[in-house]
Amino acid sequence: MAKIWVFAEMVGDQVSQISLEILTGARELGGELEAVVLDPQARSATAVLGEYGATTIYLGSDSQYRDHVAQPHATAVAALISAYHPDLLLFGATYEGRDICGRLSAQLGLTVVANVTALNHSDDGFTAASSIFGATQNVTTLVQGPTPCILVRPKSFTAQSSGGGAPRVVEVALPPGSPLGARRIESVVAPVSGPKLEDARVVVSGGRGLQEPANFHLVEEVAELLHGAVGASRAVVDAGWVAYSRQVGQTGKTVKPDVYLACGISGAMQHTVGMKGAAHIVAINKDRDAPIFKLSDLGIVGDALKVLPALSAELRARGVT
Amino acid sequence: MKIAVFVKQIPDPSGAGALDPATHRLKRAGVEVVLDPGDAYGVEAGLQLADSTGGEVVAISMGGERAVDVIRKAMAMGAGSGLHLCDERLAGADALTTARVLAAGVAHTGAEMVVACTESTDGYTGVVPAAVAELLGWPSLTFAKQLELNGRTARIQRQTPAGHDLVEAELPCVVTVTGGINEPRYPTLKGIMGSKAKPLETLDLAALGLDPGRAEEEIGHQRVVAVEAAPQRQAGRVVEDDGSAAQLIADYLAELKVI
Repeated sequence: MAKIWVFAEMVGDQVSQISLEILTGARELGGELEAVVLDPQARSATAVLGEYGATTIYLGSDSQYRDHVAQPHATAVAALISAYHPDLLLFGATYEGRDICGRLSAQLGLTVVANVTALNHSDDGFTAASSIFGATQNVTTLVQGPTPCILVRPKSFTAQSSGGGAPRVVEVALPPGSPLGARRIESVVAPVSGPKLEDARVVVSGGRGLQEPANFHLVEEVAELLHGAVGASRAVVDAGWVAYSRQVGQTGKTVKPDVYLACGISGAMQHTVGMKGAAHIVAINKDRDAPIFKLSDLGIVGDALKVLPALSAELRARGVT
Repeated sequence: MKIAVFVKQIPDPSGAGALDPATHRLKRAGVEVVLDPGDAYGVEAGLQLADSTGGEVVAISMGGERAVDVIRKAMAMGAGSGLHLCDERLAGADALTTARVLAAGVAHTGAEMVVACTESTDGYTGVVPAAVAELLGWPSLTFAKQLELNGRTARIQRQTPAGHDLVEAELPCVVTVTGGINEPRYPTLKGIMGSKAKPLETLDLAALGLDPGRAEEEIGHQRVVAVEAAPQRQAGRVVEDDGSAAQLIADYLAELKVI
């Protein structure tokens, strides 16, 4: 029976949402599902990992996993792979996941497929589906060779408990003499108001059509009225108008809100990859031929600089606060 | 100090991409190619470090003949030399093989630092820089939205989902930068003219000391078996704003019970 591993990440003392999503998706592949968790608080993850289907947990709780980035993790996973030879290793397409996976791939000569949104298997091996060209085409890739690694995009699966029981726990030590690499000196949490971009029911995003950074508050105002989160296109993030953490798209976050309001965003593939899963899309753009109108349920050909303040006023007039 | 920057020539991201139906590889022939917009931030970051340390920048690119164009572009921005890693057996190279080639290229230049963007705009696996660091035995500072060098210690603000971490490492190291970390300079006319006289070396797998058989085997560990059109959303109604757009949107939000 195939042995499938999930590299589980933690946020504080909780298993991260994406790790639960991946466990849920991996269950459908059949086989033996196991998880690796390397975090000083790893012990508090075991029960939940079991509930989501992992039968064995390889657990390391060395403080180096918090104080250093990626390198001790990659070394520890490499040692585990050499000992247990899993048939597939799944990571979340996160900052940590990509760094650890990249290093691991180089250490052991493992193939990596990134941006995967669905998993399957054929007679020849596991297959991974990813979308390219702004999610206009789906590509299926067959992976072979020693322990192929797959980076799964957030929200590819809906996390669901399997009702699994307590898993077997295998304690693993960081191999002595492991290079530790970059030191994490301090973690700074940026203050955010309103819901998280990834979880918000409504996302209001702004792009180049807002013309200058000073106009971005028009987007924020509508987002606040709708109790939504603020997003942005790559163009305005690259231009330094808003923080990178606001970026929706291929490079940034994937969102699946009930309503996505794209303001002054043309709909470059880079952006649409991250938002086309929204249940409803409203777009405001001056250019009638903008690709965003091919995705939108309601498209307004108009100037976001005029429509947004009018929308704020209209919402207030309807008693929205 | 020598600083290597990675540059990649990619199909114009504003154009419609296409795959070759036979090989399932990205169509590059007859397609407008540009310097990956993300790479401009890496080149700029490298140039700024070189300026402040009295160092020099070498631009490294793996790719076909036309990769020379983006190396020249980096040199027009200010890189002092270029290294083109080119071998027909690298067509369709995966992230691992790309990392092996780039790492060998870095070693060849004697650079003590690599600056790259976090991921390419076309392939966007985002694992190559970390893999290069591993192959070189160097630490990596990734997803930097700010970068500073104090003596031999590089420190970054590393993007996190919640904010950022302060992360540091000693040279030699690999750094990846996010878009928006700086404002990339435009090449000047003088820079463009001067770039043509700057040294540009080309190396193939053998010259890099890499085993073509191994590259072929590793590239073969992943194979595209199907390409299909993804189900597309249906376009809805599109309305010219005649002053009532705000009402239309509010009506729609009410219909969806958002307000």
